[in-house]
Amino acid sequence: MTEIVFYILAVAAVVSGIACIVQRNPVSAALWLVAAMFALAGIYVLLNAQFIGAIQVLVYAGAIMVLFLFVIMLLNLGREANDIRRWPALLAGVAIAAGIVAPLLALRLYSPTRLATEVSGSPVFGDPGTVLSQGAAAQRLAENQGVVGAIAGPLFQTYLVPFEVTSILLLVAAIGAVVLAKRRL
Amino acid sequence: MLLGPSLALSAILFTIGVVGVVIRRNAIVLFMCIELMLNAVNLTFVALSQYHGLSGQIMVFFVMTVAAAEAAVGLAIILAVFRHRQSVDLEDINLLRG
Repeated sequence: MTEIVFYILAVAAVVSGIACIVQRNPVSAALWLVAAMFALAGIYVLLNAQFIGAIQVLVYAGAIMVLFLFVIMLLNLGREANDIRRWPALLAGVAIAAGIVAPLLALRLYSPTRLATEVSGSPVFGDPGTVLSQGAAAQRLAENQGVVGAIAGPLFQTYLVPFEVTSILLLVAAIGAVVLAKRRL
Repeated sequence: MLLGPSLALSAILFTIGVVGVVIRRNAIVLFMCIELMLNAVNLTFVALSQYHGLSGQIMVFFVMTVAAAEAAVGLAIILAVFRHRQSVDLEDINLLRG
């Protein structure tokens, strides 16, 4: 059942992604990207990352894409000629796509057993249960403390300094956006 | 659970993003393709966090923050360029070309 839902969402994400890059009108491209992000949020929920799924919808589909749509509509785009490049770049795109996707698609054969074998570094097959015990531990933590509690623990303990640096980054981005977009200082 | 298919889907989405960056000339659509690539990487983090603990999900959190900051600054730059050139077509933004 989970697999069927996963493949439906995966097909939806890929189709929306392709529609996003071939759609001539920037507004429809943005809306297709929102569709792809919703499909990805569903996949995150299937992969036991419910909090990330919710954040994906709230922050990505909700805030960032609204910012994009806001700028597109502010600049009144969408009436220009076709902006998709002609054949040399199109050919380069296809070649790059083939070059990237061919080696990466080998990842589809990855299984927890193979991951455990590579992480442990032993020549024999590793047991996912013992080598990758952190995954199961995280699962238990989520059951005990709730999904948000399990993420809040490491976020505010192990990763406290990066978290604080992130706030500085956001402050710099906010000031930078104001300075850049202002007509005259 | 679904580790291989998730990584494959992430690869496909990343490639779609790269192709979009190569074939489009509209700067805003280009930014959206970059967001698509960031999303593909996030999917990798989430898929592997099932086996490596919750650090992967926290990385996704940081990637989203950086993406938000990048979108804000990038769109401000596009807005400033649009005021000069009345266009967001990358072919028109050639001031630095020799």
